[in-house]
Amino acid sequence: MSKILTTEGLPLETSLKKVEQKNKFRAFLLVLPLLLFLIVAYVWPILNLLTRSVDNRLISDLLPQTAIALSNWEGNELPSEDIYKIFYLDLNEAHKQKLSGKVSTRLNYAKNGFKSLINKTRRKLKNFEDGNYKDQFIDLNKKWGDIEYWQAMKVAMPKYTIDKYLGSVDLEKNYSGEIIQKPEKRRIHRTLWYRTFYVALGVTICCLLLAYPIAHLLSTLPLRYSNLLLICVLLPFWTSLLVRTSSWMILLQQQGVLNDILVYFKIVGDKSRLELMYNMTGTFVAMTQILLPFMVLPLYSVMKTIPPSLMRAGSSLGGTPFHSFRKIYFPLTYPGIGAGSLLVFILAIGYYITPALVGGASGTLISNRIAYHMKETLDWSMASAMGTMLLVSVLVLYWLYNKILGIDNIKLG
Amino acid sequence: MAINKHTELRYKIWHYTYLTICGLVFFFLIAPLFVIVPLSFNAEQYIHFSDDMLALKPEAFSLRWYEDMVYGTKNPWGLAFKNSLVIGIFATIGATSLGTLAALGLSSKYMPYKALIMSILISPMVVPLIISGSALFFFLAKIGLSSSMLGIIISHIILGTPFVVITVTATLSSFDHSLTRAASSLGSSPLYTFFKVILPLITPGVISGALFAFVTSFDEVVVVLFLAGPDQTTVPIQMWTGLREQLSPTILSVATCLIAGSIIILVLMEILRRRSERLRGIQPR
Repeated sequence: MSKILTTEGLPLETSLKKVEQKNKFRAFLLVLPLLLFLIVAYVWPILNLLTRSVDNRLISDLLPQTAIALSNWEGNELPSEDIYKIFYLDLNEAHKQKLSGKVSTRLNYAKNGFKSLINKTRRKLKNFEDGNYKDQFIDLNKKWGDIEYWQAMKVAMPKYTIDKYLGSVDLEKNYSGEIIQKPEKRRIHRTLWYRTFYVALGVTICCLLLAYPIAHLLSTLPLRYSNLLLICVLLPFWTSLLVRTSSWMILLQQQGVLNDILVYFKIVGDKSRLELMYNMTGTFVAMTQILLPFMVLPLYSVMKTIPPSLMRAGSSLGGTPFHSFRKIYFPLTYPGIGAGSLLVFILAIGYYITPALVGGASGTLISNRIAYHMKETLDWSMASAMGTMLLVSVLVLYWLYNKILGIDNIKLG
Repeated sequence: MAINKHTELRYKIWHYTYLTICGLVFFFLIAPLFVIVPLSFNAEQYIHFSDDMLALKPEAFSLRWYEDMVYGTKNPWGLAFKNSLVIGIFATIGATSLGTLAALGLSSKYMPYKALIMSILISPMVVPLIISGSALFFFLAKIGLSSSMLGIIISHIILGTPFVVITVTATLSSFDHSLTRAASSLGSSPLYTFFKVILPLITPGVISGALFAFVTSFDEVVVVLFLAGPDQTTVPIQMWTGLREQLSPTILSVATCLIAGSIIILVLMEILRRRSERLRGIQPR
């Protein structure tokens, strides 16, 4: 059997393949500008952030010889004279290059007290005489004879480290490399992770409970009424997040509208106004209202497609309304429930603005802590490590969303 | 569930409870927004419904906080509105053009690695803003664009593209591809087909994507907090600073203006939706 040929004399199969290749290339070319732009200006910076979380080269670049010497040191007893000498030379070099401030800041992350120790020492470096550095250091400040400082320095030295990840779940490494719990009063992060998770879960459940009935109502009403009611969902959706947060601040503050109403109806006394803001309550209520549209819209778009005849069929076959709802209607809304819940959970877990404004001290979440490390303590590696962990949890959920519902099924408005 | 005179009493009770619950949820959604509006016309300095206001006495209301917003001392709002508009417009142009192009490629059936590429393109919408903000802060500082308008515009283009990609792909999914084949069989070049056939049909989707991108940029505060110097202050930044210090009535006037803006956008979106349905011959139910 001879092959089918095109007018140019090529086999049809090759010719078609060629065209397909061309089309593939053309489609890819259209996506390319955005893809390149995102990879350069977004994906790459994020990957960079991830490496920042394990990158610890700063300190070993500042004190290169000490890093090597300490890695060979057992850590059971005070370092030998040689190590003191090497440390003196490194520190002196760093001081000459005006980098000793960085050394002190960095070592202070490893152990509190290092900052003042280094700062006191560096001013005296010029008075050091050759020989017997160990005694000179210890005479200068007896902390240099405290093995804990040397152990902390040893732990801080490796070029790449997972210390920041341990730190973000309140663990640390001791000098012999074992992973141990941080002292009780310095454990702050784990509470925040739990809190973030519980708030996100709680907000998701509350949103689902509130959104389900109204999405159902919207999908069963005649279009002219449902369009009107849909505005109640879409207007908050389109309104600035800060506007909505400020409206909650007006409502919830102690001299605020909600307390005024409660006092007016004598439910609470004027002296005992409720504290609704700057705590968990504020964060929770405000986040629920702000994220509610993200639950209603996917639920509504699924419920719209369920024919009402199914429920009628259920009752004509003798099911009570509740029974038919549970057996027929509810299972059909699973895709909407899944989409809405994942969306709300993903958004809630990374929430920053609302907790920062209405959360006070007890209502802040992990994002606020990341911002705190970025802007206040300037411990950027810590911020990156916590950011990475948050990112990974979000990406897992995103992958789940993609797997279950398909990312191209996201609908807006 | 239809209610008629034969419905059993307990179902009637249940039905009305259900309607009440729905009413309360709608109230919960919408009422907080409208607390702001009357308070922004307050004549007093306190954010509080005074007795005179509740009695609807005209002297309890005034426009002084709107005057303060426009002519006030130091007046940070003028600069903030200008910056927000400039950033918003350029970010929208960038995001819309890049996003529309990408959506055209993505909805071609020949597109390779569609799922992977789609999830990369959507990721800026999913990744928590605090992470995007930190990453962009380091990146833009490295290439010397921190505290510059260009840096903020670039990051807002990134944050806006997913919305454009999603809305335009959604519009294209119901696009009849035989139209492009018809055009090329009649001798039209691909570019001519795009401008004369495809673009007019997907315009509603493109515009609604552009609106999304604009609102995202206009409302964005987390990333700008990392990137902006004092000269790049925007409306959300100004509100953020104000809310952290003290809730002043001027902020409420700004908020009222923003609510008015979102009502306008809502109306625009509804018009676009109807136009799009009409263009594609979908009859409203």
